[in-house]
Amino acid sequence: MTDEDYKFVGFMSGLEIHQQLMTKKKLFCRCPAGMYNHHYDAEILRHMRPTLSELGEYDGTALMEFKTKKEIIYQINRESVCTYEMDDTPPFEINDDALDIAIEIGMLYNSATIDEIHIARKQYLDGSIPTGFQRTAIVSVGGQIPYKDRQINIIQLSIEEDSCREISDTGHRRVYVADRLGMPLIETVTAPDMKTPEEVAEVCKILSNIVKSTGKVRTGAGAAREDVNVSVEGGTRIEIKGVPSIKRIPLLTYNEAMRQWNLLRLREELGKRGITTETFASKTDDVTRILRKALYQPIANAISEEKSVYAVTLRRFKGLLNWKTQTETYFSKEISDRVRVIACLTTLPNIIHSDSTSETISIAEWQKVKKTVGATEEDTVVITWGNAIDANTSAKEIIIRAKEATIGIPSETRQAQKDGTTGFERILPGADRMYPDTDLPPKRIPAGRKNIIRSGLHEPIWEREKWYKSLGIPADVMEPLAISKNAALFKKAVNELGINPILAAVALIQYPKRLKKMKADPEQLNEEIFLGIFRAFNLGLISREGIIRAMFDATKYGSFELEHLAPTVDENSLEKIIQSSISEVKKMKLFNDNNFEKVLTGNVMNKVRGRIDGKLVIKFIKKISGENKK
Amino acid sequence: MTNNDLYKGYKGGALETLKKFEALVWCDVEIITGDAMFKGIILPRSETSDHLHIVLKLISGYNIGVAADTVKNIKIFGRKEAHYKIPEKAFPYDPVKPRVKLIGTGGTIASRLDYRTGAVIPAFTPGELYGSVPELADICNLETEKLYGVFSENMGPEQWMGVANAIGKEIEKGVQGIVIGHGTDTMHHTAAALSFMVQDSPVPIVMVGSQRSSDRPSSDAALNLMHSVKTAAESDIAEVLVCMFGPTSDDYGLLHRGTRVRKMHSSYRSTFRTIGDIPVAMVSREKITPLRTDYKKRRTDNNVKINTAFEEMVSIVYYYPNMKPDIVDSLIDNGYKGIVIAGTGLGHVNKPLYPALKRARDNNIAVYMTVQTLWGYVQMYVYDTGRDMMELGVVPTANMLPEVAYVKLGWALGQTSDIEEVKKIMLTPINGEITEREPSNGYLIYQGGIPEVEAFISKHRK
Ligand SMILES: [Zn+2]
Repeated sequence: MTDEDYKFVGFMSGLEIHQQLMTKKKLFCRCPAGMYNHHYDAEILRHMRPTLSELGEYDGTALMEFKTKKEIIYQINRESVCTYEMDDTPPFEINDDALDIAIEIGMLYNSATIDEIHIARKQYLDGSIPTGFQRTAIVSVGGQIPYKDRQINIIQLSIEEDSCREISDTGHRRVYVADRLGMPLIETVTAPDMKTPEEVAEVCKILSNIVKSTGKVRTGAGAAREDVNVSVEGGTRIEIKGVPSIKRIPLLTYNEAMRQWNLLRLREELGKRGITTETFASKTDDVTRILRKALYQPIANAISEEKSVYAVTLRRFKGLLNWKTQTETYFSKEISDRVRVIACLTTLPNIIHSDSTSETISIAEWQKVKKTVGATEEDTVVITWGNAIDANTSAKEIIIRAKEATIGIPSETRQAQKDGTTGFERILPGADRMYPDTDLPPKRIPAGRKNIIRSGLHEPIWEREKWYKSLGIPADVMEPLAISKNAALFKKAVNELGINPILAAVALIQYPKRLKKMKADPEQLNEEIFLGIFRAFNLGLISREGIIRAMFDATKYGSFELEHLAPTVDENSLEKIIQSSISEVKKMKLFNDNNFEKVLTGNVMNKVRGRIDGKLVIKFIKKISGENKK
Repeated sequence: MTNNDLYKGYKGGALETLKKFEALVWCDVEIITGDAMFKGIILPRSETSDHLHIVLKLISGYNIGVAADTVKNIKIFGRKEAHYKIPEKAFPYDPVKPRVKLIGTGGTIASRLDYRTGAVIPAFTPGELYGSVPELADICNLETEKLYGVFSENMGPEQWMGVANAIGKEIEKGVQGIVIGHGTDTMHHTAAALSFMVQDSPVPIVMVGSQRSSDRPSSDAALNLMHSVKTAAESDIAEVLVCMFGPTSDDYGLLHRGTRVRKMHSSYRSTFRTIGDIPVAMVSREKITPLRTDYKKRRTDNNVKINTAFEEMVSIVYYYPNMKPDIVDSLIDNGYKGIVIAGTGLGHVNKPLYPALKRARDNNIAVYMTVQTLWGYVQMYVYDTGRDMMELGVVPTANMLPEVAYVKLGWALGQTSDIEEVKKIMLTPINGEITEREPSNGYLIYQGGIPEVEAFISKHRK
């Protein structure tokens, strides 16, 4: 699809970016943050009950989760989880380090920092947080970042506690590991200002870079997660949850836009058939007895386990379960997803239907079912099975989802699937699920605190990149340098020490990677070490090649000292070294004498590396071996 | 509506700013400050908060505080005041099911939330309860009565008497069980008081509360309520019981005898423990499993003894090293009639207190010894100091818990002022407040970190 196509379908997308902050401790308790456990000491079982909302109705999500009646199991490790995370102790005061980082990042977006922070509870009934809500607070609102020739607006930035990691979700039992629970996280919400899937990915990358440029956030698997909101003209805002990498955003948003477009066309088709919310008709029949001899394995198994089999007749729906929604994905998947999540029928397939061409029950059995339930040629019959309660929930849910097709696109959150399509996760929660946290008083952010953070802000990364470009920094180094914690050091090296910008960029960005390959830890290198090395280079104490050697040594000693440097080699000594190397290489048996000069160079370089300019070495070798040949 | 309500909770600079722009609480506004614009609804401000900020509820549902002195302008778009009501659904009546009476004293066993202010609105009528815990209708026909609306710490002799009398009336009317909703902090004091004030009940009297308020999805309230109502409706245990979580998991509840139970953790769900003995039973949504057989059984008559006489001039003295006799002297001088000492070890205090204890005896004040170790017996004859004290008239109370001894002494002094009579009442157990023996599983505080304990914890849900 082209940009014009996306314009035609009215593609709109916004981002919610979650990023873990680099703090020693969690947000509302004093447990260590970032400690992941592979074993657990204890298990806790909880159920989540919806609480009544304003109008005395349960929130949509809440109601759904309650229908699912899940047993939630938390696996906990005593090192990483205390009684706070398990909701057996009220929260402690918010982690000020985390709050400072969040305020700083908000300032990088040009957002307005809130004067007084109010902790809210955001309900989550899926069990991912044992309290049933996430403690969260708005830290700043508004702001924008430059993109192409326009601005992408930031709606708000909030600080919140991270949730549990889901381990499994089978039937009525969902298991979580709690180590990550309670770690400080920020959520950046953008306006729906992105117009194509590629733009979503690009903006996501920019936002991610801004956040990383502070050097105060976690990196690695799971440290950053994106939610993407997508809608098309006439559709509904759909949230795709937990996109694990930016690379996957374009395909997912494309598929979601296609799904919405196709669901709107399905609604038109229903309209043509005269099916509206008012005229929609369906019925449910128990067909357990009729199918008691079925050979189709899933149903045969259900019958042998004394489960129930229900047939749902969708009037005048013939063929529509095969309506294409996403790549290789059909409307029947929308129904099957709901049945899986809401009726807890997690073993697939969980439905079969009469539009399907794949082999299920026999043609005779289909006919018997259709005849018994009174289905006509215009109808579609969907069969579901499970214990009586689940099968009943399933039948109801099939009808709910089929009827929603008359409205178009149901409000829901969707999961990112591996194949780039999206799958139903839960009904979209309303604003009702936010309410004030009565356990913690509001927290004032005095002007003084804001000013201290503001005075420590670095220049925006886009300005850094502009400057790097003018300096001729190679493209592959430019972006990592702009978000590097060494960006300020780079500026100092270039502006104050007069180091060649390309050399400084390479030393700060690429050499640390090389050191890792040399089994050295580049994390040992601090500003003082780098400045020492650059100064030594300026004084001619280290050659260009010697810089990485000096960095390597500094990782071992933990500091940079001139004494650690091997003495530099002058031209006289170089000649002597070359001569001795020549006699050494001559003693070797070379497979191919043409390699003589290459082997010789290697031998000499091993002796002088970092102590003299490499170009000079090659010049001398050529000169001396040339003389020898004569 | 008073001016106060229009600017509810606002003071000082924040109030002046709101008045300047005629922005009332519940106004839909745009607040413009020096460097930002905020759109939302002005919320009332908590009375305990400062006078510098205006609270705004944003469209996203979040609240923020805007510094009043930065406000340049407030544009008003309308005003809509919120009124909240709990949905009522008629509690279904089933002639086959037992009648259970729920008496409320305070706390929020069931409640709903004012989503805008975070205020918790208690749900209490049968209809309201059915709206939030519909499972109750599967167990019984529920009737409710709100007797008090006080926090746990404000429960005292006056309320204990009121509850005891209300229980008496309900038993006369023939209910099959009684549930008492109560804040958890002093639930064990009230449980002890009811154990003495209401004797030989024909039906279960079950106290219940919650450690996590019922406005949160993970609350223990609904399950506790189901457990307690089931116990009241179906169990054959005609005693005063405390029904709260066994483990912290949503698993089963424990039924603790009202005279042996104590709150042992400031915030855990499984905070109530039977001390020096084992609980009476376990209760889950499916069944009640007795852990002992020596409890008083349910009867079909409507007879009960209500005796609420109570002497309030009783105190607990928690002994500490170097305590000075003036502590005891001041109680004597202030006209106290009974003193319960929580002594160290087997029941000891230091010698300098002796003259004051002698003075107490000479003033006809009843002095009783309990142990601050909670587990174990007062055994004052083991050491000389103990024997000396007994000579000074200090009476050991065996393994009665300090709070229970405090309640019982007040009740005993309510019956008589004859010190010997009081002693007879104190030392004759009414329902397990003194036991002859401590079973070997009556004291179990497993120490975390020990391999076999860790092995146990990893196998059983906490
Ligand atoms: Zn913790």
